[in-house]
Amino acid sequence: MTALVLDLKGVHTHIGAYHILHGVDLQVPAGQVTMLLGRNGAGKSTTLRTIMGLWATSKGSVHFKGRQIGGPGGQLATPDIAQLGIAYVPEAMGIFTDLTVQENMVLAARNARRAAELDTTRLEWIFGLFPALKKFWLYPAGKLSGGQKQMLAVARAIVEPRELILIDEPSKGLAPSIINNLIDAFRQLKAQDTTILLVEQNFQMARALGDRVAVMDNGRIVHTGAMAQLAEDEALQHRLLGLSLGAHQ
Amino acid sequence: MSATTTTTAPAATAPAAIPKAEFDWKPIALLGAVLLAAWPLVGSSSTWVTLSVAGLAMGLIIFIIASGLTLVFGLMDVLNFGHGVFIALGAFVATSVMGGMADWTASESLWRNLAAVFAAMLVAMAAAGALGLAFERVIVRPVYGLHLKQILITMGGMIVGEELIKVIWGPQQIALPLPTTLRGSFVIGDASIEKYRVLAVAIGLVVFALLLYALNRTKVGLLIRAGVQDREMVESLGYRIRRLFVGVFVAGSALAGLGGVMWGLYQQSVVPQIGAQVNVLIFIVIIIGGLGSTFGCFVGALLVGLMANYTGYLAPKVALFSNIGLMVAILLWRPQGLYPVTNR
Repeated sequence: MTALVLDLKGVHTHIGAYHILHGVDLQVPAGQVTMLLGRNGAGKSTTLRTIMGLWATSKGSVHFKGRQIGGPGGQLATPDIAQLGIAYVPEAMGIFTDLTVQENMVLAARNARRAAELDTTRLEWIFGLFPALKKFWLYPAGKLSGGQKQMLAVARAIVEPRELILIDEPSKGLAPSIINNLIDAFRQLKAQDTTILLVEQNFQMARALGDRVAVMDNGRIVHTGAMAQLAEDEALQHRLLGLSLGAHQ
Repeated sequence: MSATTTTTAPAATAPAAIPKAEFDWKPIALLGAVLLAAWPLVGSSSTWVTLSVAGLAMGLIIFIIASGLTLVFGLMDVLNFGHGVFIALGAFVATSVMGGMADWTASESLWRNLAAVFAAMLVAMAAAGALGLAFERVIVRPVYGLHLKQILITMGGMIVGEELIKVIWGPQQIALPLPTTLRGSFVIGDASIEKYRVLAVAIGLVVFALLLYALNRTKVGLLIRAGVQDREMVESLGYRIRRLFVGVFVAGSALAGLGGVMWGLYQQSVVPQIGAQVNVLIFIVIIIGGLGSTFGCFVGALLVGLMANYTGYLAPKVALFSNIGLMVAILLWRPQGLYPVTNR
């Protein structure tokens, strides 16, 4: 059996007076791409933010490689969670627009104090995946296009090896050719044994990448299984995802 | 991870055709326009030179004081209305240090005079920085994210600080005379330029250069700039922003202490209310500059210093209003300040 990288048990999250997650159970096996699908407002982004400690787990627990990182009695702060080897690409990308592409990358690389200390081999690999980043290396990140910003957001998450990458809707608003770039990048990461938990509304991307799938609704996981099985079963797709699937295909 | 260091950094391979950040020159042009417009209005070139140097000196002192405040706000959204207490503490510590070094300040040697001034500055910075550390822990930390409470409790903190200063140094005005060789003026042509103001300009420019270097060329500086934009993302990258914030708070307090010494020497006297007096000016400066922007704070401070001196000479009755008027005009032009920080 594949080892679990991430294990959420009965996770509840409250944001102020709102009860968003109602007992999420989610297992993310090592070295695979796990897709987290669901309608808008199902709680997918909140799940990722809860894993990162940006929202506290009010009940239940989150374990990363057997170590508790979230939940009463063992909630770690976001920087400590990140330092365990988890990278996070938020839906809004979190690009530092006043900083250059280079400066964004230097910040993401915790081991580098300046650009000259970035791992050049890895950097060339990233430039191969996203040539635009090399072209606009000294350009303020705020001037990049939406797709280029998304590439930078993903590049920051992979500038150093991380065990688990959480990515929130990377394909949102992007042209198909750029989506293909991203799919290619995630495939290469998977080949390097990086575990990925990917929130996506784009079913084409989900089908192309996913090994496992978890579908959320109303703050709970309502289905888990192999991605291939969901991809083939149209009735199941419609029951779980309804119109959201068709709208994004 | 192996950090492979090679001489061919990617920066060197980037094509030259790609432009770097375009610098926004308009606020600098405005500064130049204010300088030039004042020339014919003042009439006499020598008076204009004197006023301009005085304005720049005042502006740079305000910049030193305000630079920490703008970063504190930018990083953690903390409105610290108690910043003035660090100014007052710095100024009063200087009276004690320079009073205790009377032999040095009365000496005819420039070096001994400067040594006394720099000693006062260092001690004042250490004292203000230490107070800043305590202020952050006791007063600011319990009210993160609560703006109204921040305003009330930091103002309260300043009042308590002022009263403590009165307990230690007494409620009366204390003279802070300039050391012997720093008194008087250089006379160039018809223009007379006070020696101390030249020193203040020099120190201000050095502090500005050091700040720019730290913010743009070091990783801590990058983290501060990134944190001003999106602190959640900085934390998600694995950096503890609270620790960074405490460092910035302490450094900002120490700079306010330095500014207090310079302001006291500029006025040649200090009163316990010195902090409250300067508080309004520094808030105008950080709002004009764009909250969180160090460069904006610099340009804003110079504008405020110049306007105060020109209007003080041309129309003393307007002078009190001039800085508020300047703020209104600039906010009508750029509602987010001269150099707005994006994402805010």
